[in-house]
Amino acid sequence: MIKFNINDIEVEVEPGCTVLEAARQYGIEIPTLCYHEAVAPSGACRLCMVELKDGDWSKLVASCIYPAAEGINVYTETERVQNVRNWIFQMLLAQCPASVEIKTLAKKYGVTSSRFSIENPDEECMVCGLCTRACEEIVGLSAISMVDRGVYKKVGAPFMQPTDVCVACGCCVTICPTGAMRSYIDSVRSVRSVTLTPLAL
Amino acid sequence: MTNENTALNTKINSGRLNSHEDLNALRQQIIDKHDPTKLEVLVCHGTGCIANGSMEVSETFKKICETSGIDVKIKPNIKTTGCQGFCSRGPLVLINPQGIFYQRVKPKDVEEIIQKTIINNEPVERLLYKDPKTGEPIKTENEIPFYNLQERIVLHNIGKIDPTDINDKIAAGGYQALAKALTTMTPKDVVTEITKSGLRGRGGAGFPTGRKWQGALKAVDKKGGPVYVVVNGDEGDPGAFMDCAIMEGDPHAVLEGLILGAYALGSNNGYLYIRAEYPLAVKHLEMAMAQARELGLLGENILNSGFSFDARINRGAGAFVCGESTALFTSIEGKAGTPRPKYVRSVEEGLWGRPTVLNNVETWANVPLIIDKGADWYSKLGVLNNTGTKVFCLVGKVNNVGLVEVPMGTPLSKIVEDIGGGVPNGKPFKAVQTGGPSGGCIPYKLKDLAVDFDSLTKAGAMMGSGAMIVMDDRDCVVDVALYFLRFLEEESCGKCIPCRLGLSRMKEILDTFSHGKGSEKDIDDLISLAKAIQDGALCALGTSAPNPCLTTIKFFKEEYLAHINEQRCPAGVCKDLITYSIDPDACTGCGSCARHCPQNCISGEKKKVHVIDTQNCIRCGICMDTCKFDAVQVN
Amino acid sequence: MNSQVEVIDEILECYPEKPEYLIFLLQDIQSAYGYISPESMQAVSDYAGVPITQVYSVATFYQSFRLEPKGEHELRVCLGTACYLKGGQRIVEELERKLNIKAGETTEDMIYTLDTVNCVGACALSPVMMVDDKYETNLTAGKVNKILKNIETE
Ligand SMILES: Cc1cc2nc3c(=O)[nH]c(=O)nc-3n(C[C@H](O)[C@H](O)[C@H](O)COP(=O)(O)O)c2cc1C
Ligand code: SF4
Ligand code: SF4
Ligand code: SF4
Ligand code: FES
Ligand code: FES
Ligand code: FES
Repeated sequence: MIKFNINDIEVEVEPGCTVLEAARQYGIEIPTLCYHEAVAPSGACRLCMVELKDGDWSKLVASCIYPAAEGINVYTETERVQNVRNWIFQMLLAQCPASVEIKTLAKKYGVTSSRFSIENPDEECMVCGLCTRACEEIVGLSAISMVDRGVYKKVGAPFMQPTDVCVACGCCVTICPTGAMRSYIDSVRSVRSVTLTPLAL
Repeated sequence: MTNENTALNTKINSGRLNSHEDLNALRQQIIDKHDPTKLEVLVCHGTGCIANGSMEVSETFKKICETSGIDVKIKPNIKTTGCQGFCSRGPLVLINPQGIFYQRVKPKDVEEIIQKTIINNEPVERLLYKDPKTGEPIKTENEIPFYNLQERIVLHNIGKIDPTDINDKIAAGGYQALAKALTTMTPKDVVTEITKSGLRGRGGAGFPTGRKWQGALKAVDKKGGPVYVVVNGDEGDPGAFMDCAIMEGDPHAVLEGLILGAYALGSNNGYLYIRAEYPLAVKHLEMAMAQARELGLLGENILNSGFSFDARINRGAGAFVCGESTALFTSIEGKAGTPRPKYVRSVEEGLWGRPTVLNNVETWANVPLIIDKGADWYSKLGVLNNTGTKVFCLVGKVNNVGLVEVPMGTPLSKIVEDIGGGVPNGKPFKAVQTGGPSGGCIPYKLKDLAVDFDSLTKAGAMMGSGAMIVMDDRDCVVDVALYFLRFLEEESCGKCIPCRLGLSRMKEILDTFSHGKGSEKDIDDLISLAKAIQDGALCALGTSAPNPCLTTIKFFKEEYLAHINEQRCPAGVCKDLITYSIDPDACTGCGSCARHCPQNCISGEKKKVHVIDTQNCIRCGICMDTCKFDAVQVN
Repeated sequence: MNSQVEVIDEILECYPEKPEYLIFLLQDIQSAYGYISPESMQAVSDYAGVPITQVYSVATFYQSFRLEPKGEHELRVCLGTACYLKGGQRIVEELERKLNIKAGETTEDMIYTLDTVNCVGACALSPVMMVDDKYETNLTAGKVNKILKNIETE
């Protein structure tokens, strides 16, 4: 077993556990978007950042990937953590303003408005890639992938055309944290009708 | 590239070398074959000189020597070399053994060089470099301040040897370090020597190379083999070409370093990841590897030592982020080069999840020097904790543009002013950007700053891979910060939100400044957002991206305020805040500006003063470029 | 002339059938055709044994891959730091006006493709542009016009 501290509370977890999993076991809340138990963590959204401290030394890490280690001191609500979170929420509110899920989560953390301008009021997707990872790791099909890079990065099937590789299992729709896949799936599959398979966890 | 020597030397090649003695014998044979009285003409075939027409120069040398029937006794060897360093003076031609340095040589000058220097041993005065202060011509390379103020150890052979001919390298002592290690040192001795030398990675972060190697050895102990060694030749920093010059000009140095590293770590497979835009570097390394294989210096059972190692080249496909270690590994594996979270170090879990040592081109090129001459010799160069030398690529608003190698800890002013010859307009430089897009702007007031890893980091800048971009009073810091953000936004892999969205948003705020809008509160927001990106981004591309912006705010706040509060761009760069006008006293009425203006908004009669209609002017700056009399002014 | 399929087969056979050669294959196909077509991506996917999604993802990620045919002449203006500070942006804008396309695009008559690059290693001669494989150095707007005229009269 590994013992360490979160917000000065001692926690004890199995080796191989991440800081996020440990926090959840102990009911300590850390916001996440791109994390899902069913797929390997990728550390894309950076909402789950926590601060590690050791005397004067400190560093921010993504709790969904960072392995729990003996004796570390983790803080989930420091000024630096909140600064990162605050800006991420502000940027997401401007980037995918149509996502109810994001609005709700941001509000929970006290962010209701953004200093940034909105480019596409209908956008829901935050390009976290969870859907593509689910399609690859859970369904085993890789019908969709990340396309392009940087600010142009998006989710899509090859050549941005509907694909018959997609079996319309709906896994990506279920796992999408922003709700974007609900409507986007129609441009991915060439088969009709999605049956929503609940994730067996 | 071919040269006379190759033809001669193919007769020498002895086939596989099976011992250090074989290598020494071959070296002696090459040296003996070489007639010391014979002149050597070294024509620079570095990228800069080629762009300037040096291929035609070397062709002309060859043609004239072939056809003019000069006496075989004095017929020179014509060699083509990698970048000789002083690129702004190219095409360069060096005549050895005298070391006569000719600059800006055109094909039409070749005849005269042959007549005067080769046949009659007298210099062609008009092609010599002139001391900028006294105007006196300087005859040899060693007397030119640009060269003699440097300490060229990594660059020592570059510009002197033909990079396409392994015999040239062997004569210059190539593969001696490898032979020494294989015959007299254990792998552990090699690691110890590198650790003792204090060598730190030249790719930017300055991580101690010896410690990295030890980490990999520990991981191998734990997990077993295989282990990989990798050369980072991605050099994505826009405006830097030192790794390119090393790979092109002395490919065997990189290769020998890599083989030594492989021996030290017990690796049998290596990779060289080379940037897409460097086809010549790829070609030279491929040739180097083929030649080394033929001599038994690479491949199975190297020098009959029982140690086997081979390597392959991966060409980059155009992504700055692939210089980052985990992205580079992902790319070698054949995928999109997105970084992976790095809470397990790559020495433990690198390429294909195996222990991997990734080092920069220049780092690898230092390894044979250290093994050959010893850690004690090496650690005397430079300053405490920052040993050895560093190669810089000095560019921008500086007189002497080129490759500069100095000991670590050399003051910035020595590099820019003494070696670089200062700024063309004679004024002090305004700032120097080190470390490229991840680095920072160092203002003139810190001109005495020692250039080493620790001092630069303390100043908020970064060594980076070694770009040094000199700026003068016509460069706007807001514009420069914007430039780097635009670059990084283009190059962000897009995986994590702080970098993908954050850099665009930083750019958006900076952009308002360049239009004379925004408030001081926006500067505070910008700094706060920058901190969130530094803390939140997944890889070092993102975490270091705010550096240029933050350092310019730190050192040039008043210039930001001029944009915001006075709608003024002091350097005259930001388009919305400037107007162009024509100085009636300087205008000769040549009409060049009016002919080139895309808006047709310049009027004036022939030979009379011209006027710009500022209403229709789009501030493209073309008039200023085309005016030969400096009559166009920015306000 | 060989058919496209034959040439692609020749390229494929140069490498082992492994996912790690995906980028090598795309690079070679691009140098043979100037761009990578959907059909060749499918061929690479089958050969290297990687899903077509990954091939498409890789082909769109790296800047040097081109998914559409390019013009007869490729103009690549350097916007590395040294060139930028010496007016590289002005050269791009001038070309954009003259050719009536944006950077990254090809003229309708398929004669010119205009691109930007970051440092081609000739910083001493900035601003620099590459016209196909030839360096044009110390550029000014006037020089750009001459270069275009020269290409046209060729
Ligand atoms: C975005 C990014 C780009 C990088 N580009 C390069 C590069 O072009 N060349 C290089 O040697 N290192 C580059 N690095 C640093 C490498 O990740 C790595 O630290 C280095 O190659 C290790 O070698 P060294 O210890 O010899 O310096 C880059 C890092 C980042 C984050
Ligand atoms: S569709 Fe949903 S899961 Fe997929 S990238 Fe967008 S937000 Fe993430
Ligand atoms: S619905 Fe289609 S794209 Fe989504 S997970 Fe299932 S197969 Fe993949
Ligand atoms: S910091 Fe930028 S480059 Fe690095 S992983 Fe995040 S998005 Fe990609
Ligand atoms: S939840 Fe950890 S990075 Fe997204
Ligand atoms: S390219 Fe010739 S001196 Fe640099
Ligand atoms: S910046 Fe343009 S060639 Fe280097």
